[in-house]
Parts: sequence; C-alpha cells; structure tokens
Amino acid sequence: MTEMLKKNTRTSITVQLKQGKEIKHNFSLDIDTHLSDPGVVGIFGESGSGKTTFLRSFAGLLKLPSAVISFNDEVWQNDQIFVPTHKRSIGYVFQEDGLLPHLTVQQNLDYAVRRKRKVSMEGLYNKVVSILNIESLLSALPDQLSGGERQRVSIARSLLQQPRILLMDEPLASLDEKRKREILPYLERVSKQFVIPILYVSHSVEEIARLADYVLVFKQGRIVEEGSPNSVFAKENPFIGLSDEVGVVLDGVISAWDEIWELSTVSTDCGDLLIPKAGTVVGTTIRVRILAKDVSLMETPESKSSILNQLSADVLELSRDQNTAMSLVNLRVKSAHLVARISRKSIDQLKIAPGKSLWVQIKAAAVLN
Amino acid sequence: MLTPENMAAIKLSLELAACVTLILLIFGTPLAWWLARSESSWTAPVGAVVALPLVLPPTVLGFYLLLAMGPSGYLGQLTATLGLGTLPFTFSGLVVGSCLYSLPFVVQPIQIAFQSIGNRPLEIAAILGASPIDRFITVALPLAKPGFLTATILGFAHTIGEFGVVLMIGGNIPNETRVVSVQMYDHVEALAYDQAHPLAAAMVLLSFLTLLVLYFYQKVRGRAKTNFGVSI
Repeated sequence: MTEMLKKNTRTSITVQLKQGKEIKHNFSLDIDTHLSDPGVVGIFGESGSGKTTFLRSFAGLLKLPSAVISFNDEVWQNDQIFVPTHKRSIGYVFQEDGLLPHLTVQQNLDYAVRRKRKVSMEGLYNKVVSILNIESLLSALPDQLSGGERQRVSIARSLLQQPRILLMDEPLASLDEKRKREILPYLERVSKQFVIPILYVSHSVEEIARLADYVLVFKQGRIVEEGSPNSVFAKENPFIGLSDEVGVVLDGVISAWDEIWELSTVSTDCGDLLIPKAGTVVGTTIRVRILAKDVSLMETPESKSSILNQLSADVLELSRDQNTAMSLVNLRVKSAHLVARISRKSIDQLKIAPGKSLWVQIKAAAVLN
Repeated sequence: MLTPENMAAIKLSLELAACVTLILLIFGTPLAWWLARSESSWTAPVGAVVALPLVLPPTVLGFYLLLAMGPSGYLGQLTATLGLGTLPFTFSGLVVGSCLYSLPFVVQPIQIAFQSIGNRPLEIAAILGASPIDRFITVALPLAKPGFLTATILGFAHTIGEFGVVLMIGGNIPNETRVVSVQMYDHVEALAYDQAHPLAAAMVLLSFLTLLVLYFYQKVRGRAKTNFGVSI
C-alpha cells in the first residue's frame, strides 16, 4: 500500500519573497530559498516571523508583488504569471476552522474528491478514512466536532485531494496538550505512508523535531538558520532561544524487547539504547529525542549507577548555553552526535576539551513515535 | 368581505412585490457581492447610493423618477425609442420605481451575509480546487442563505407597503397601478371606512403571517443568524 502511493518525482521548491517596511508597517520580508527533495520541511519561528506569510504566498492565498514562486517544473508566480490557488496542486491544513461549515464531514471530503485534478487511487478513500480514524464522524457537521476531530478531518481531506505538496499552518496550535498528543501520531503516519513533500509551520520545537527532515528557522521575515533537525536544534541558537529544548533526535530500530523488565533495545547510530516501553515489536522504526539536559558526562563508566545507558564518546566542541553557568558539549558517539548540557564548573573539573574521550550517561530519551 | 376592487388591489400589490423581489434578488446579489468583497474605493459611494432610499422621502424619489421616465426625461426617451412608450402610470413604471425604492432592503441583508462569511470558507474552497464561480455557488450562496431569506421577505414586504413612490409615478389606475396602499388612501379619503376596514385587516394579517414565518425559521436555526441590517 505504501509503495503504491510513493511518487518517484523529485521535488524542487523555489520561493523568493520581498516586502519592504514601507508596505506593511513594522514588518519586512526577505526570503530566498530553494529546497530540493526536502521531505517534511519544518518551518520554525515565533509568531510574526513571516512563516504564515511564506505559506500563504506559496498557496497563492496572498499575492505579494515581485514574488517568485515555483514548484518542480511549474512557475506559480513571477512578474508575468500568477497561478490562482485553485489551479495549484496543494493541500492546506489551517490552524483551525479549516472545514466548510455548511457541509458534513462526508460532504467536505466529497467536495475535495470531486474537484481534484487526478483520477482517484483505488482504495485511497478507505485508507485515509481509517488512518485518520474519522469513520464515525462522517455524518457530523463541523461545529459538532471537537477541535482535534476537525483537524483530523482537515488532514484527511487534504490527502484525498492527492496534492503534490501538503502545507500545514500550525495544525496543532489550536489544540490543548492532550489533543496534540492524540494528533501527532496521525501526522507521523501521514508523513510516512503518503510520500509527499510537506511544509509544516510551527513554533514548537518538539513538533518539528518529531516530524521534520529539514528545518527552516524564520526570524523577523528572514531565514536565519536551516538544516537537519539535529544541526539546528543541537546547539543553542541565538535566534531561537531553545534553552531546555536543545537536543538531538535519533532514528532507530527496535532490536529486542525484554518482557520481564519491560525495556526495549533500540539500535541507533550511537549504539544500542535501553528505553522503557519504547515498543515491543522488533523491527519497528522509531525516533527518539535526547535533550542536552538529560545527558551527563563522566571520566569512567559507572558500574553502580541507576542509569542504564552509558556510552563512550569523544568531545567535538564546546559551545555557550543561554544560561551562563552552563555549557553545551557536542559529542560524537559512534557515528552519531549527542549534546550534553553541564555546568562550567564540571567542564573545568573534568578538563573537558575537544578531542577528550569520556563516557556519557543518558538519563532519559523521549520516544517520539 | 373583500370587494372585487379590494381583491384586485391586493392581487396587484402581490404581483408587484413578487416581480420587484425577483428582479432585485437577481440584480442585487452580484451588487451585494461586489459591495461586500471588492477592495475598490468605489464601494463607499455606491453603497451610499444604494442606501439613499432609506433616508429620502419617497416623494422625492418619485418626483425624480417621474421626470426621468417622462417623455422629456432620458429614461423616457430611451423607452420611447425602444417602442415601449413611457413608463409613468403603468405597471412597468411601478416595477422600476419600486425596485429603486426597495433596493437597500434586498442588497443590504445579502451584503451583510456575504461579509459575515469571511475569507476562510472561500480560501478553503480555493485550496480544494474550486474556481471563483464554483466557490460563489457552492460556498458563498449556501452560507449566505439566511441573508437571502431576510432580503426576500424585507424586499417583498417593503414593496407592498410603499405609498409615496407609487402615488408619484403610478397614479391610481384600477388593475394597473392601484395597489393596496393607494386603495386604502382612496377609501379613507372617501370616508368609506366599511371598505377600508377589511382591506386593512387583511394586510395586517398577511404581514404578520409573513414575519411569523421568518421568525420561526430563525428560531429553528437555533441562532439568530438572520441579519436585518436595516429596520423596516
């Protein structure tokens, strides 16, 4: 099924936006980015940083003068061309109120299906309805649904359009923590099972770390940082102010399950990690997030420690933390990187410097899916 | 109870109101859409002109219409060249006059309904691949339904109730321009209260029933979504 939906076309996105302060008071925009086969692009930034403007321009909902937007081999906007929204092959999940209020869930889905540009893929409808678990909601009107249910229907509807790219504008921001945690797995399944490029706008490090393959960091209308989640979130960033959220994500496979102690062995690029209840099915791929504050360092392995995961590591570099008493240590563990946040005093006592070999203890690893 | 003359007047009033409402719904809808959605600076003056009949004494409107539609007016010359004769003191003339007079009562509720939809549903429809016309028909019109109901009822009721414009450009010709309001005036002038009473009572009943339907509809919808926008 997954294979069936895979597309082999390469994705290429170009967006150039410029807007001077004279046009919109207190806000200027200067974006020039080209992405090629990016997978899920996390667009990260605080509110007012231009991320929604970026997305709306890309969708054609906003027409900024002198913008250049192209997707694959199609030019969507330049000085001569402006392709209207309904002719761009996009799906769009709004932050909230993304359903047509006068139509039931079923009619909302049908509205998209009837107008899409492609012949329906056999079984797609049932697959989408079951993945997003909206079977029981089909006859309801949008205002009879909870916020989380509405977002699930929005996501389902955007998939039924079979767009060539999916845009999501803070799809979880209007939900409380509990609902967010409910929807995130659906989003993950979507990005895994429907191989389609996604532009995912959010101000949450956790969401982006979990979903994104590539991150763009927006600040005051500019892209100030970009790269893989690990390169962006593994150091303190003067533009973002991550503080407790500095960390890395690791992709791994469950290689064993210990029923007695309820521990999963997860094979990652930094070796095998024992993680409580990360999954019982051997072979499952998961993503874990290890925050810098949960990594500690020592000179020799500690045999009498309550901490299960101890790995040998080499120090790559030291960097500043937002908290001046602390420092961030970038480490290589096998072929992966970890980052530890420890006090400057410990750095001095352990004589930590680039090149030094020592041991890391991982106190906690959050399983992201 | 009702004399044939009274019946004829009621029939004429209903015909006039039906014609005027239909014409205004057809031409008022695009106008309301434009007023609601356009960013042109012309919306302000055009909106003011549409609202003029709300404040103008009907006799003033009727006076200008009479001049315009008369043999020496622009409109009169146009209709004469088209072989339609002149409009004053004909049913068609009444329709034209009533359309202008009732314009704001139809355009404003629809305009307010279009405005209250906001951008979002139309953006959603565009994302889903709907062209502008498609969006208008499948999203804007159904969402503005309460506004259309209000517009229909207000336009109809207001046309039945008008007097000044009718008197100025319609006169008092049986079966042609003698509508209920004029008939009532005649009866009272002639002190024929026995004739005036049943006609007046019939009109009160008719108006009440019409409004009752509207208010029941609003109640059933659960929310008072119908915007009057203007008072009667």
